[in-house]
This record gives sequence, structure tokens and C-alpha cells, in this order.
Amino acid sequence: MAQMNMLQAINSALDISMSEHPNACIFGEDVGHFGGVFRATSGLQERYGRHRVFNTPLTEQGILGFANGLAAFGAPTIAEIQFADYIFPAFDQIVNETAKFRYRSGNEFNVGKLTIRTPYGGGIAGGLYHSQSPEAYFAHTPGIKIVVPRNPHQAKGLLRACIEDDNPVLFFEPKRLYRASIGEVPEGDYRIEIGTAEIVKEGKDVTLLAWGAQMEIIEQAAGLAEKEGISCEIIDLRSILPWDRDTLVSSVNKTGRLVISHEAPITNGFGAEIAATIQQHCFLHLESPILRVCGMDTPYPLALEKEYVPDALKVFAAIKQSVTF
Amino acid sequence: MTNPNNVSLNIHHELSFIDGHALNIPTLKILSETGDVYPGATVPNISQDTALRLYRTMRFIRMLDERMQAAQRQGRISFYMQCLGEEAAVTASAAALDDDDMIMAQYREQAALHYRGFRLDQFMNQMFSNELDLGKGRQMPIHYGSNELNYMTISSPLGTQIPQASGHAYGQKLKHIDEKTGELASEIDNVTICYFGEGAASEGDFHAGLNMAAVLKAPVIFFARNNGYAISTPADEQFAGDGIASRGVGYGIKTIRVDGADALAVFAATQAARDICVKTGEPVLIESIAYRLGAHSTSDDPSGYRSKEEEADHQLNCPIARFKKWLVAQNWLDEAQDDAEKETIREQILEAVKVAEKVEKPALESLISDVYDTPIPELSEQYEHLKAHILAHPDAYPTTAGRIK
Repeated sequence: MAQMNMLQAINSALDISMSEHPNACIFGEDVGHFGGVFRATSGLQERYGRHRVFNTPLTEQGILGFANGLAAFGAPTIAEIQFADYIFPAFDQIVNETAKFRYRSGNEFNVGKLTIRTPYGGGIAGGLYHSQSPEAYFAHTPGIKIVVPRNPHQAKGLLRACIEDDNPVLFFEPKRLYRASIGEVPEGDYRIEIGTAEIVKEGKDVTLLAWGAQMEIIEQAAGLAEKEGISCEIIDLRSILPWDRDTLVSSVNKTGRLVISHEAPITNGFGAEIAATIQQHCFLHLESPILRVCGMDTPYPLALEKEYVPDALKVFAAIKQSVTF
Repeated sequence: MTNPNNVSLNIHHELSFIDGHALNIPTLKILSETGDVYPGATVPNISQDTALRLYRTMRFIRMLDERMQAAQRQGRISFYMQCLGEEAAVTASAAALDDDDMIMAQYREQAALHYRGFRLDQFMNQMFSNELDLGKGRQMPIHYGSNELNYMTISSPLGTQIPQASGHAYGQKLKHIDEKTGELASEIDNVTICYFGEGAASEGDFHAGLNMAAVLKAPVIFFARNNGYAISTPADEQFAGDGIASRGVGYGIKTIRVDGADALAVFAATQAARDICVKTGEPVLIESIAYRLGAHSTSDDPSGYRSKEEEADHQLNCPIARFKKWLVAQNWLDEAQDDAEKETIREQILEAVKVAEKVEKPALESLISDVYDTPIPELSEQYEHLKAHILAHPDAYPTTAGRIK
């Protein structure tokens, strides 16, 4: 085990993948010699050559179009979109092409070897174009998987699983935690199964659910609640598509209450899907309405970020509302 | 190579602009409309077998197109797109390739697929969306694809295959790169050809795809079928400047323009383009100038946007007839035998339609297969729910109820 921050953990996962697959490629804007604007790909071009780790022109639709073709050829393909906010020029390539390649061709062709990495979320004073969490747009599209790690250990294990998965995967990296989150990470290879949630802490009064950077927030909120004698069960969804319904259903059946928190705007956010599903499966066990503490339906602000974000205090208020209903 | 960002080079002190129409790219033509080789033109190296395979493919596709156009009008299939007028452009380019080169087509390139060996029954199974369709009946007619024949399955959104072709070609090149130097160490075994219409060249994917291939050096042949119309919009309402070819030059890609109704010119250009891709690992753009004689699709009516006179002018310029004259002049084609073959093909097509429309539609399971490598739990659950519903109401779902396992 070594101490790593999330970027180092990601770099380690990429390094292992590149050494395992002689035709694997990593590309995107500035990912070559410079190592990416966040330095996630540092040192990889030196190790694996300019033909396998390379800068592309500044074209997200070009990056994803190229990635689809390379993955369809059969090469493990890791494409980086520099900020998730800039994934939309590639939206058509992802939802119409990546996601449907296998289905539309009857599996004559597929892009299962594709992994798309992109930093998402706020907390870096990035304003409306460097803070978005666009997972829900993609979660509406059958054919791709969506994964969000919350710490370095997860980042490495999940990214390795994404690269080895035989389906295209969108890997959203919480950029606020890139350097802030440090933890023990095995130096060798390991994988964390996609599609499974993690029960971070067991509790009995209310279930708290989040993913990625928002996990830190609900853990803080749980701390505030514990001081008032409220026992919180904390669950990290880890994987948005597919998502681990069973783990959540059994937790809510136990606690009778659910508070979901995500950074993305509340309307049509992925929390809405979870709330609807849990309502259907846990109806007779629910002691109070499912609550969502999310971003507002406004673009992500700059100066008023502190007010906007679904912070620990807002989550704590929702926990109290839930248990006192 | 000059670097335009190096301001110390090529300095000029007189204010002048380069005209947007300054490029005037010539068109390669080898066969005249009467099927004679132009004086000074070089006939490409083409064997009798290849030439005849090329000719027979064009002839077959025209007959298939005529029949399926009629089948759509009779309501037997929902949709069709003809290759009419562009048979030479598509077939001769495919004939100049290795059968293991990847074809990434737009939708009007059935001739390339047939040249590779896609059988009549396979075309029919796709068009009738039956259970024998390789695509499992999921896409509209003409969205063919075959892994065995290296023909990437067609996607409806326009132009998406262009950057994909760059990526695919890059993959083909990877193993030929020297690990140490990063340079091409040997000739490339196989390349990718990417077909698209001049209409698709307005999509962002075109610009992204060409730039990616040029900068990252991918051995892809971009084959622009400039047929004069993007559905109903004529070329002069689609782009300024000198066609699609000038864009290739702008991206730093070796470019050639050919007469797309001239099978020998298309064959020669594609053969040379492939050679460049194989040796240098870099892309080439071919702009083929032909005329889309038919409608855009069976959902289109050209009488609303062009005159009968215009169409009649172009009907005189049949790419198949032009090539046939040359074949006859070579003593490679016997016209009586050709006529007899045509009659046989006509009967085979009629028979194939009858067979394909009787084949059952895909099994209900194909609703959920291939979304992922294995269905995700939600999808399996939805499927079980659907099955139970169908079994409870079998009369409402007559074609699947009896086949549920």
C-alpha cells in the first residue's frame, strides 16, 4: 500500500492498463507530454510513446468520434474530455454512436473497449462552465455504463474495472478531490466491480445516498446528525448505470427513510430516478417522503457557490426533516 | 513542411487576401462518355477479373435498386435508397481496395458491400428486418453491416463515421509503428475508407474527423461522393469555395478530384490513394463528382426541386454504360451473355423478395440483447415483465406470443 491522491491513483490505473495492453491508447487535449491540465496522465507518454499517449486537436466530437473508431477496431481506448462541461460537443458521438454501436449492428461491431474519463463537479471556483455534473443526461441512454469514484482507492479500482469492462464506460472524476483526497492505495492491480454500491457506514434511522465528491458532504451531515442522536446509514452508489438497487432497497427497508444528495440540478437529476424506484419497492416500509438535496435548477454559479451547493448543513436539515416527519 | 505560426517565413508587405475561390482543383477523367480512353490518359492497372467483377456489381446494384424502389412503392418494405448515378464511384473505389480494408459508409454504398460478397439474401434479410438479418432487425432498410466483410454497420446520424474512420485507421496503423522512434516502421497492411456525401461535409464531424486524421496521421481514404444534392438542397446552397476537395487541402490532406461516373478514373485515384495511405500512414481525400440520378430516398420527390431536363441531361451519362463500352472494346465482355445474366438476376431478385418476406421477425429476446454485453438487471426485469404481459394477452401480440421460450 502507498499513500496516493486521486490523480496518482488514476495515473497508476492507467499505467497498469497501458502496460497490459500493447495497443491501448490514451488521448485528449493536452494529455501528452504535459500530462493533462490536472496531470492525470503524467509520465505516460514518456513510458508508452507518442503514438499511444497523445494530444489531439481541440475537438471533443473529434476525440469521441476517433475513440469510437479506435475502440471498434479493437484497441483499448481511453479518451479524456478535459472538463465534463465540454462533453456536449461529443454528445452525439456518445449517445448515438458509442451507446448504440453493439445494439444497432447486432454485435457485428462494438466499442466495448472504450473508456471516457472526464473531471466533473464544483468546488474549484469554476463557475458555470467548469463545475457541471452531467451524469443524468447520459444515464438516460441505454448502452453505456457510468461510474463515479469518491476516493483514490475507488478511483484506481473502478477505473481498472472500466477499462477491462466489455462495454463503453463514462468515468466521471470528482476534480475537487483530485488532490484533496489522499488515502491508502495498493500499488498493484485490483478492480472494484461496476454496478455495486458500498455501504460506507451502517445506521438505523435514515439512509443517506450520494456518489463522488458529494459523499464527503453526506458524511459530514451524518456527523452533525449523530450528535443529535440520529443514526445514519451512508451509502456510496459508485455506479450510476447500472445502479445497485438491491443494496439501497434493503437499506431503506431497514431505516424507512432516504435522503439523496447530488450536485447536479434537482429536476430530472439521477436522484429523481432513484426516488421513483425506491418509492415503488419500499412503499410500505417508508416512514417519510424521500428527500433530495441537490443543486438548484440554475446554472452553477461562481460568486454564490457557497449558497448554491447542497452542503452538509442542507443535508443535515433534510435528515432532520426526514426523521421528524 | 511550413509552419504558418512561424512569422519569420514567407513575409509579404503588400496587403492582399487570398480569394476564397482561389483554388480550382481539376477533375481526373480517363474514360470519355462514349467509353473511349482520352488521349494522354493512363489506364490504371486493372485485371480482367477485377474489371468484370466491378461491372457485374454495378449492374447488379442497379437492378436491385430498381426492384427495391418498386417494392417500397408496393408497401413491402418501409424505405429504400438507390445508388443510381453513383455506381461507378462506389464500386470502382471499393474494387481498388484490399478486401480486408475497412469500409465505413454513409448509407448509399450498397455496391461496395456487394462487391465484397454480401449476398442477395443478406440484403433482403436486412431490408425485411427478419430474424436472419445480421443487424437483428433493429434498423431501417439499407443500414447494412458485416463484420466478416469488413463493412461497418451504417448509422443514420449523418457524418458520424468520419472521425470514427480516423480512429479506426489509426488502430490499423498502430502495430506498424516503431516503439522507439514513433515512426512508421513498415507498410500498413490495411486501411480504412470512409464514404460520405457532400451534404455530410457540412457536419461538425467532417471537420473534426479530417483534422484528427491529418494531425494524428491516420491511413484513411476520405471518399466524398459529391452528387449535387443534400436531399433537396443543391450544392450551390451548401458550400462556398471549390467543393469538398478544397477543404482537404485546407486540412493539409493530399487531395484529388475525379469524375465519379468514370469507373477507371475512380479506380486509378483510389488505387493511388491506398498506396499513399499504406506507405506514409497519412490520409487522402478523394472528391468524386457524380450526379444523384434518383431521389434522395423513397421519402423524397426530386420533381419538387429539379427539372426533368436536368435529370434527362444526366441520364445520358450512365456510369455503367460508359464502363461497359470500354469492356466490350477490350473484348472482355460478351454482350449476349451479359443480357442473359441480367435476366437471371432479375428472376433471382424477385424470388429473394418472396423468400425474405416470409422469414419470421427476430425473436423477442433480441429486444434486450446487445444493449450491453449481458443485459443489466433492470433490463432483464423489464423483459420478464413484458413476457408475462404478452403471455397474458397473446392475441394482442400475435407474431411473438407463440414464440416465447
